[in-house]
Amino acid sequence: MAQGKAHKFDDNINTDYIIAGKYTKTLDYNFLAEHVFEDISPGFYKKMEPGDYVVAGWNFGCGSSREQAVLALKYAKVGAILAKSFARIFFRNAINLGVPALICNTDKIQDQDLLEIDLSSQKIYNLTTNQQIHMGPLPEIMISILSEGGLTPYLKKNKTFTLPIAK
Amino acid sequence: MTKGRTIVEKIISSHCGQDVRAGDFAIVNVDMAMAHDSTAPRAIQAFLEYGENKIWDPSRFVLVLDHAVPCPNEQVSFLHAMMRHFAGEQEVRLFEGGEGICHQLMVEQGLVTPGEIVVGCDSHTCTYGALNAIAFGIGSTDMSGVMLTGQLWMKVPETLKISYYGSMAQGTYAKDLILYTIGQLGSDGADYLALHFAGETINAMDVSQRLTLCNMAIECGAKVGIMECDEKTEAYLAERTQKNYSPVFDDDNVEYKNTIEIAADSIVPQMASPHAVDNVCPVEELAGTEIHQVFVGTCTNGRLEDLRIAAAILRDKKVHPRCRLLVAPASRHVLVSALQEGIIETLVQAGAIIIPPGCGPCPGTHLGVPSDGEVVLSTANRNFKGRMGNNKANIYLASPATCAASAVKGRITDPRQFLE
Repeated sequence: MAQGKAHKFDDNINTDYIIAGKYTKTLDYNFLAEHVFEDISPGFYKKMEPGDYVVAGWNFGCGSSREQAVLALKYAKVGAILAKSFARIFFRNAINLGVPALICNTDKIQDQDLLEIDLSSQKIYNLTTNQQIHMGPLPEIMISILSEGGLTPYLKKNKTFTLPIAK
Repeated sequence: MTKGRTIVEKIISSHCGQDVRAGDFAIVNVDMAMAHDSTAPRAIQAFLEYGENKIWDPSRFVLVLDHAVPCPNEQVSFLHAMMRHFAGEQEVRLFEGGEGICHQLMVEQGLVTPGEIVVGCDSHTCTYGALNAIAFGIGSTDMSGVMLTGQLWMKVPETLKISYYGSMAQGTYAKDLILYTIGQLGSDGADYLALHFAGETINAMDVSQRLTLCNMAIECGAKVGIMECDEKTEAYLAERTQKNYSPVFDDDNVEYKNTIEIAADSIVPQMASPHAVDNVCPVEELAGTEIHQVFVGTCTNGRLEDLRIAAAILRDKKVHPRCRLLVAPASRHVLVSALQEGIIETLVQAGAIIIPPGCGPCPGTHLGVPSDGEVVLSTANRNFKGRMGNNKANIYLASPATCAASAVKGRITDPRQFLE
């Protein structure tokens, strides 16, 4: 169970907006965090608190495959990303790095609302409006990867991919 | 009767050892993998965490220095050195700075053939679908998994088939067609789908233009762009590879997610306005808008055929004094051919700056950064705010012809008036 404030973004937030290409040439991920959302929300890194949530509309993370976008959010200590839908590559990158990317109806969340998320029971509560918000299911293989903390720990442990048996 | 299988269902089935259909999950064997200097360092870092000495198959992995070459600063020099060191240690092929843009090299060097699954740490990896291969972008950590196991998990995409009919009018090209298509579909209109480009217009296109079309499949969210293999594909491959391959086609009784028909002969020159690729309108609607920089190049439109079109318009003309023109050939091979044809001389005489083959200005990683309030017209595939390194610049996307014509006028210009 974790709590944090919502920071609301629009539809079609691309990975260039999450971290500009000019900053991507580094392995210093704290540096990426300092510049997260700089082109569309200057000062975001200073404004947010560790554990806060990024909340967006449709197609979050579209565009470039740059994993630095997830790294910037991860090192900024964003607790989870909530969106109506995610672009395919970003969605995989987030899960691979152990950052929860949750699909839900974000119309029920306003900027600065206080949220509580329980990943184990897959529940999102908007404490500001006193509403529970339904979370869309993740594919089984993504749950396996996320529960290990990401793809690297998953493969360190398993050495190979295994598709969970269909229910 | 069993439902027929699409190209992507067939290719994925042959790479995972079982019959899979759209919506199924599969663990596929990867034929070829690529990463460049923006994404490889992170992939190498993640791979090293596994504690394994060798990647799964050095002959199936290539590294490319293309995003920031020649090295612009000390920080990037460390990343380039890291890649060179890893390539030497692992005995994988590394394309040095100046050899070209990763996607151009993959197709030009014969590293992709029909029926294969190719992954790249770059979203425009979907370009190779023009060669009847499943190709798509993945993140660096996914790539580390490929480097370790040679495998990747994936969901089999449904297919959206777009059929184009009619001959393209003078002054219009694959770029206009794909911009128009993205404008119709929207930036997530093909989310998670395979975009199958087909029809007589595609059949009439050369491979260079087909690559332009598939390159931008990601801009409407598609997982892959895909085309059939025909005699043009075969001729292109025959010049580049000895590899045996089997073209893959849809079965007759296939069910698509959706089918769309587009009359290519009615398309006029198109452009995307700031700051979204699906913000598309005819060039004539914006004609007269003052511009400050034009960029011709990128994995979308930096091939010989593109430079040829630009040079034909710029021959014996000058770039407008208020405007800069940057040209980046997509590869050394393209540059050499353009030199031999006199294209480079034409462009330089017109006032162009030729910059080294690579990605540079497009993702804002190297050279050609616009200033505050400036308007850039580019042949690239993305015009997001800040894309070229300054979030106060405005980027428009168009064909090489529209870019060249506009460079002469210093204003957005419909190229058809130069071609009459």
